[in-house]
Formats: sequence, structure tokens, C-alpha cells
Amino acid sequence: MDLRFTPEERAFRQEVRTFFQENLPQEIRQKMIDGRHPSKDDIVTWQKILNKKGWAVPNWPVEWGGTGWDPVRQYIFLDELQSFPAPSPLQFGVYMVGPVIAQFGNEAQKKHFLPRIANIDDWWCQGFSEPGSGSDLASLKTKAVREGDTYVVNGQKTWTTLGQYADWIFCLVRTDATVKKQEGISFLLIDMKTPGITVRPIQTIDGGHEVNEVFFDDVKVPVENLVGQENKGWDYAKFLLGNERTNIARVGVSKQRIRRLKELAAIERVGDTPILENPRFREKLAALEIELKALEMTQLRVVAAERTREKGKPDPASSILKIKGSEIQQATTELLLEVVGPYALPYAAEDEGDDHLSNEPPVGPDWAGPAAPTYFNWRKISIYGGSNEIQKNIIAKAILGL
Amino acid sequence: MDFDLSEEQRLLKDSVERLLADRYDFEARKRHGREPEGFAKAMWESYAEQGLLAVPFSEEDGGIGGGPVETMIVMEAFGGALALEPYLATVVLAGGVLRHAASPAQRAEWLPGLIAGETRYAFAQSERQARYDLNDVGVTARRDGDAWVLEGEKSLVLHGDSADRLIVSARTGGSRRDRDGIGLFLVEANAEGVSRRGYPTQDGLRAAEVSLSSVRVGADAVIGDPAGALPVIERVTDEAIAALCAEAVGAMDRMHRLTVEYLKTRKQFGVTIGSFQVLQHRAAEMFIALEQARSMAFLATMMAGEDDAEERARAIAGAKVQIGRSGRIVGQGAVQLHGGVGVTMEYSVGHYFKRVTMIDQLFGDADHHLGRVARMGGLIAA
Ligand SMILES: Cc1cc2nc3c(=O)[nH]c(=O)nc-3n(C[C@H](O)[C@H](O)[C@H](O)COP(=O)(O)OP(=O)(O)OC[C@H]3O[C@@H](n4cnc5c(N)ncnc54)[C@H](O)[C@@H]3O)c2cc1C
Ligand SMILES: Cc1cc2nc3c(=O)[nH]c(=O)nc-3n(C[C@H](O)[C@H](O)[C@H](O)COP(=O)(O)OP(=O)(O)OC[C@H]3O[C@@H](n4cnc5c(N)ncnc54)[C@H](O)[C@@H]3O)c2cc1C
Repeated sequence: MDLRFTPEERAFRQEVRTFFQENLPQEIRQKMIDGRHPSKDDIVTWQKILNKKGWAVPNWPVEWGGTGWDPVRQYIFLDELQSFPAPSPLQFGVYMVGPVIAQFGNEAQKKHFLPRIANIDDWWCQGFSEPGSGSDLASLKTKAVREGDTYVVNGQKTWTTLGQYADWIFCLVRTDATVKKQEGISFLLIDMKTPGITVRPIQTIDGGHEVNEVFFDDVKVPVENLVGQENKGWDYAKFLLGNERTNIARVGVSKQRIRRLKELAAIERVGDTPILENPRFREKLAALEIELKALEMTQLRVVAAERTREKGKPDPASSILKIKGSEIQQATTELLLEVVGPYALPYAAEDEGDDHLSNEPPVGPDWAGPAAPTYFNWRKISIYGGSNEIQKNIIAKAILGL
Repeated sequence: MDFDLSEEQRLLKDSVERLLADRYDFEARKRHGREPEGFAKAMWESYAEQGLLAVPFSEEDGGIGGGPVETMIVMEAFGGALALEPYLATVVLAGGVLRHAASPAQRAEWLPGLIAGETRYAFAQSERQARYDLNDVGVTARRDGDAWVLEGEKSLVLHGDSADRLIVSARTGGSRRDRDGIGLFLVEANAEGVSRRGYPTQDGLRAAEVSLSSVRVGADAVIGDPAGALPVIERVTDEAIAALCAEAVGAMDRMHRLTVEYLKTRKQFGVTIGSFQVLQHRAAEMFIALEQARSMAFLATMMAGEDDAEERARAIAGAKVQIGRSGRIVGQGAVQLHGGVGVTMEYSVGHYFKRVTMIDQLFGDADHHLGRVARMGGLIAA
């Protein structure tokens, strides 16, 4: 047992950090530090930079552009990316549909889509959830009926993150309603420009526009856009969700948020004393740091176990990472609210793209603006990706055998 | 980055677990606790035979040259069995002092008996007024020619009543809370002027109040620098906390297993109570708390050997906070999910709860160490 990183692993971390320092545009980094959303262009710009370096899709099979890093290096890369902080490559492509196509897609699909995903030539979104099917995803109703060389898709998806920018959507659709619900689902790739698709924005409680409803009205999808076999889509979806586990705790994000909290708490004062020197605040922060340190160690245990684990088979211990990771991320937003105090109040609409830039100066310190929106917005973290209640069900069943 | 045990470590783990599985079930523990010393002398002999008492000592000293990982393995197994023997007092605490501060001649004289299980030690450090402050030492050691004369009261000396020898911290200079001017002295428990009042602790272990009245010891009883022992005391305490973290994990793990088993067998309303989601979620929360504690016990183990005292203290304090907090979640949950049987002496789960609770109270509780982590600027590098 040696819980230290090896000299090679430490050198790798330094190499990654140096690359980020030299290549991430400063204004994008600053947005991330401030807690504002990177724009579509920011994400595209950065992912293309990563792709040029060969680092856009480190988790993929080497023949399709993966780096072949072992799980520890994969972890270090993400940890550095998140704590730098730099935008993540677009997760719907890189962590979701890409690995599914690489594993289950046919050669034509791999050749066409994978390089375009890596270079973010296509913007992908995820069409799983429906109004009637959230946690109980397998109950989904959007149906695809085969007519000759096409599937005709009718139904509705919802909560489609950043679907407003999407060129493509990967969907779970019902292709057989007569069998057990998990056994009649297929995995389809759909071009968002196909006639019959309508996207309607949903505003989240922070005022932002990151999710959408997507309606399908007699949408014709060529059968060559089916991934794998018809009615096997549930297996691919489970594989997709199982792949998320190295990223799910977002330890690097919380590390960065805590560093930021310390910076701001050193500036904001109560009377003459920086909040950082208030013993009550420091103890709350220290308690959170301890939780995070424990989570980081738990994460490393899962990563280390990954080396001997069957690929694509989810580790139920990753449910711990999801629960604790979300709680800690959410707690950082609560502490930031406490730091900014009254200047959490003013509301400023977030810019969408770069064309609606507000001319009004912010009220209060400019770093205070995102505090409340982030607090509101980050409530989502314990809801999506398998809500924390669902994660507890998984622990109870898969680990405890209850 | 590697959490696997080596071949030797796995053997150690198997052998200590087998020994305890054979001879330390809950009924056996009750019997062991009724022996005059409050623990099983026969078990102590078996630990010696299996080399468990030799674990942390170097091979030159007759030990097996184990480190914090080996100590963790032993302590975790002891936690699972709720072992009563003075391993922490003799091997981890007193043994730690001897490892870090005793001269080669002293080690050659004292360690063979300790390792053979013939001489048991206790660490007489804490005092009534000191609470958790290691530098708060009021017992005095006055030089008298070549000898030293010790005077004062030590409190809550773990297994102090049955120990053959005490390692006593005493002030050789400065005022009561100074960091300098503390020395460590080896005192025979039956020396003239030593009186001890032993008593059981809440968790079924033993401790003693020790009073020292003009106790004379020779120059050869001084361990290390007679005015500069605090760093040794801090280091040994950090090692003891790491060991206790492992013990607590062993106890929490067992308590959690017992609870899950109970959920699968206990029936009410015509079904096993484990079918109720509210209990499933509570068990899941206990599991998360357990695993977070295990992670921090690993961190404490890794950092127990760290020479940078500040880095070591920061990590170990963090681990102790996590252990204390997880201990409450797992312990209270285990009792609650057992219903009435959880609050009885007849059933084991309450005893695990009590031990884990007392571990929190030892060497600084979660609140104490949270304050320290906060004052040291946290655990996440700026
Ligand atoms: C900001 C945001 C972005 C999202 N992005 C996407 C996306 O891009 N693509 C996509 O497909 N989906 C996306 N989702 C959807 C997300 O996956 C769902 O919100 C999630 O699966 C929960 O479903 P629901 O919202 O319908 O809640 P419900 O499933 O209706 O749950 C309501 C409450 O009941 C609890 N609950 C449900 N079932 C159980 C149970 N068996 N036991 C105990 N408690 C239970 C839940 O935990 C929750 O608290 C996004 C969601 C959000 C909030
Ligand atoms: C100190 C003490 C004094 C007592 N004095 C008396 C007395 O004088 N006279 C007397 O008659 N009784 C007495 N009792 C018994 C007491 O009423 C029972 O302990 C209580 O009803 C719980 O039953 P149980 O212990 O069998 O636990 P169980 O019913 O077996 O419950 C075990 C666990 O399962 C949970 N659980 C059970 N059913 C459900 C459900 N449907 N949904 C979710 N969770 C569930 C419980 O909350 C508990 O956590 C006493 C108990 C104690 C501890």
C-alpha cells in the first residue's frame, strides 16, 4: 500500500497543468473562476485546443483518439482540468455518446462520428428523459416505428441540456411496446435539422437557459443511425451511465470552489475582520474540506480498483461519489452565499452568446453576481445523473443486498 | 497510488483475523472482561506468540519492522472484535515513545520484555486540567543529584491499573502550559510513591488515576531530552490517533454489518424490516459515513509516518474529525435500526456503539480537531 502518487504521476500532473497554463485562453479561465458559464464558443475553442494536443477524448479506445492513460492518469487529468479550472470537453459527446459508438456502433458510424465528436464539429445533446420518465427512465414512451429504411419518431424529450446548440441528439426510443420495458428500447442518433423537431427552452431558477424540451413529430431517421441492435438500447444506456463514474464526484471542481471561497473570504470583511478569520466561518469551511479530502480518498480507492475491474461495469461505490460529491459542491455554493452577504441580492440576466451583453455595470462587487444563481442552479446536481435518492437505492440493493 | 496490501501484510491480516474469529466472539469478550485485569492475559500471550506485539518495532530491536499500515491492520481487526487488551497503551503509545525517543541501550533493556508479552506499559500523559492539550503538563520532575523526583497526578491513564511500567510525562522546567520543559520518564508501577486507582471505562476497557508522590527515578529512566519531549508526545499521539481511526473503522464496519444482517432477518408487519425504504436509506447513509471514515483512516495511516509535524497533524486531525462524525452516524443508526435490542448490554451492537463513542472522546474529539484544522488553514491546499 502506497497512497502517494509516483514521481511519474506527479510529473504527469505538472505536464497537464503546464499545458493548461500555456493554452487555455485567460478570459475563459477567468469566467470559470468567477463561476460564470463558459459560452458555446468557449467550449468549442477549448475542446479544439485539447483535440490538437490529443487530449480531447482521453477515455476513448486508443484507435479512436484515446490516450491510453491508466485510471490514475485519467483521474489526474480530470482533477487538473476541473481545479485549474478549465471547461470540460462537451460531456454528451466525449463521455456519453462517443464511448457508446466506439463500443457498440458499426464501422461507418465510428468513422463518421468519432473524429467529429473529438473535434467538436458536431454538438451533441442527450435525449433520455421525458416528462413522464425521469428516475424511471425505462418507462420512456417516445416511440420509433420502422418503415422501410427509416424510423419514424414521435414523442417528447425534456431537460435536454444545451440542446439549443445541438447538431445531433442521441435518444432512447421505444421500438417494442409489447415486451418488458427495458427490452423494447433502442438507441438512435438523430440529426437535429431533421424536419419535425422543435426545441423549446426551459428557464431554470437561476434565470439561465441551459435545458430544453425537444418535440418529435413524425421525424424520419435513417435506420443506419441505429446504434447496435434494435431493442438493446437499455444495455447501451447502462454502459453509458456506468462510464460516468470517474467524473461523477467532481472533486476538482469542489477543490477549485474552496480555493475561490478562501480568496473571496479574505477580501470580504465584517467590520475590520476578513470573513476568513471568523472562527465560525473557518470551522464550517474546514468541515467541508475534511469531507472533500475524504471524498478524494474514496475516489482514489474507486480509481485504484478500476484497474482490476471489468470495463464498462459500473462500480456501485460510485454512488457514494455521486452523493457526497453533489452534497459538497452544493455546500460550496451555500458558503459562497454567506461570503457575499447582501450582494447576493441583485439579479443580472446572464449573457446568452455574446450578442446580448448588458451595458449596465454590476451592483456590488462583480464576483458577487454569480453566487445566488450558482446556489440555485446547483441544486440540479443531486437530481440529475441518477438522483441522490436513486443512488441510495443502488447502495442498498447492489452493495448491502437489501 | 496503490491501496493493495503486500503479501506479508495480507498474511498478518489473515492471522490476526483468524485468531480473533476463533477466540474473540461476543461471548468470549464478556468472559475476557471479567478477568481481574479486565482483559484476557491468555490473549495477550497469543498476541506475543503471533508477533503482534513486535509489529511496529525495528528488526534491530527484535521487532518485525512494520509501519503504520501494519498497525492499521491489527487495530482494525481489534476494532471488529472489540478487543480489550492494552495494545494501544503498550505497543502504540508506550512503544511509540520508546521507538522515537529511547536510547539504544534503553531499547535493548526494555523492548524484549514488551515484545515477549512479559511487561506491559502504559502512557501516563494526560492530567485533569489538560483536557486535550498535550503541552499542559503539571506533574513535575525535579533533579536531585543524578536522580529525578516526580510529583503530581496523572489522569485517565489507559490500562494504567494493570501496567507493569509507566511512561510519565513531567515538567522539568517552565510553566504548566509551556511547550518546552517537558520530559519523559520510565517509572516502575510498583515503585515507592506510585499509587493507582483503576476503574472501568464506558466501553468496557480500563484506565487509572495515577498519583506520584516523591517518586525517585535514576538518570537512566529519562527517555530522550528531559526538556524537549513534546514533539515526541505529539508524534506518538498522532500515531495513536491513526491507530484509533483504524480501530474505529473496524468497529463501525462490524456494527454496520450487524445492522444490515438484522434488517434482513427481523420481521415486522409481516415483512423483513429491510424492505422499508426509509431504513434502506439510513443504512446507505451509514455505509457512506463508514467508507468516508475508512478513506480518512487510510489518510491518517499514510500520514502517521510523515516527518513534517504540521502536515502530519493537519491530516490526522482531519481524520479524527471524520471518524468522530462518522461514528455518530453509524453508531446511532445501528442502535436505532435494531430497535429496543440495540440499547441492551446483552446484544453486541450497543458495545460497538460505546467503543466508537469513547474513541471520539480520546485524544481530542471531533470538535477539538475541527478547531485545529480550521486554525491550521484547512486541508485543501490554497
Ligand atoms: C439541469 C438538468 C439538466 C438535465 N439534463 C438532462 C439531459 O441533458 N438529458 C436528459 O436526458 N436528462 C437530463 N436531465 C434529467 C435528469 O436526468 C432527471 O431530472 C432525473 O433523472 C430525475 O428525473 P425527474 O426530474 O423526472 O424526477 P423524478 O424521477 O420524478 O423524481 C422526483 C423525486 O422523487 C425521487 N424519486 C424518484 N424515484 C424514486 C425512488 N424509486 N425511490 C426514492 N425516491 C425516488 C427523486 O429522487 C426526486 O427527489 C436533467 C435534469 C436537470 C435538472
Ligand atoms: C428502554 C425501553 C423501554 C421499553 N419499555 C417498554 C414497556 O415498558 N412496555 C412495553 O410493552 N414495551 C416497552 N418497550 C418496547 C418498545 O415499545 C419497542 O422497543 C418499540 O415498539 C420498537 O419495537 P422493537 O424494539 O421490536 O423494534 P422493531 O419494531 O423491530 O423495529 C426495528 C427498527 O425497524 C424500524 N421499523 C419497524 N417498522 C417499520 C416500518 N413499518 N417502517 C419503517 N421502519 C420501521 C423501527 O423504527 C426500528 O428502527 C421499551 C423499549 C425500550 C427500548
